[in-house]
Amino acid sequence: MNMRTPMSRVRGLGSAKDGTTHFWRQRITAIANLPLVILFLILVITMVGASHGQVAALLGSPMVAILVLFGIASVTTHMWLGMQVVIEDYIHGEGAKILLLISNGFFCAFVGLSAAFALLKISFGG
Amino acid sequence: MSGQSASDNRPLSPHLQIYKPILTMVMSIVHRITGVALYFGTLLLVWWLMAAASGPAYFDYVNGFFANWFGRLVLFGYTWTLLHHMLGGLRHFLWDVGKGFSERSRNGLAKLSLAGSVLLTILVWVIAYWARGSF
Repeated sequence: MNMRTPMSRVRGLGSAKDGTTHFWRQRITAIANLPLVILFLILVITMVGASHGQVAALLGSPMVAILVLFGIASVTTHMWLGMQVVIEDYIHGEGAKILLLISNGFFCAFVGLSAAFALLKISFGG
Repeated sequence: MSGQSASDNRPLSPHLQIYKPILTMVMSIVHRITGVALYFGTLLLVWWLMAAASGPAYFDYVNGFFANWFGRLVLFGYTWTLLHHMLGGLRHFLWDVGKGFSERSRNGLAKLSLAGSVLLTILVWVIAYWARGSF
């Protein structure tokens, strides 16, 4: 017996009520990560052995800072979504699961905002 | 009401320990493990950016940590982890558009991304040493 209403089948949002949103955001951030992370790898390589002044000048230049900020936003969203799935898959106790899901959000927000703050401080010449 | 629910006694599906490991399965597990490692590894990035924002003295201290053998080992491992996860992601893009599902493709892609991640990691480090002027 199918208990779902025709409307619910049409919407296709499932029991979590967000349909493919999680999957879609995971893939969008994955696409964004690809060029942004490669760019960051190249940046790090060019900064090997550089002085603090040189590193600050490079990271603080507008184009670089904006692209690294995009990278921070995309990477932290991607890791938030990814860790959520890992927690949901392996943590079966309801209390521990909810605690870890909340911690996951806090951790990703901390990483994202700290990195962004550091970068903006360098950019604005702190 | 929900504390002692039926879900407490539900049987679980068989998990990893009862299956014979095969290449694509190991690659899938490694993709997840590398993802988790990268997750916590971002703390290193935050530490380094914070150091750069703090000023020359602390920046030199943190750079000194990454420059010694242990720091380099961590960064080398992080590079491979990142590139392996990146190539694993590319495989997923291919599967998302419905391609690469044949047995030959699956195994070929697995071997290709494994070899690719090792080669690219070495390439990145060769370029980094070259950029530093150590060659």
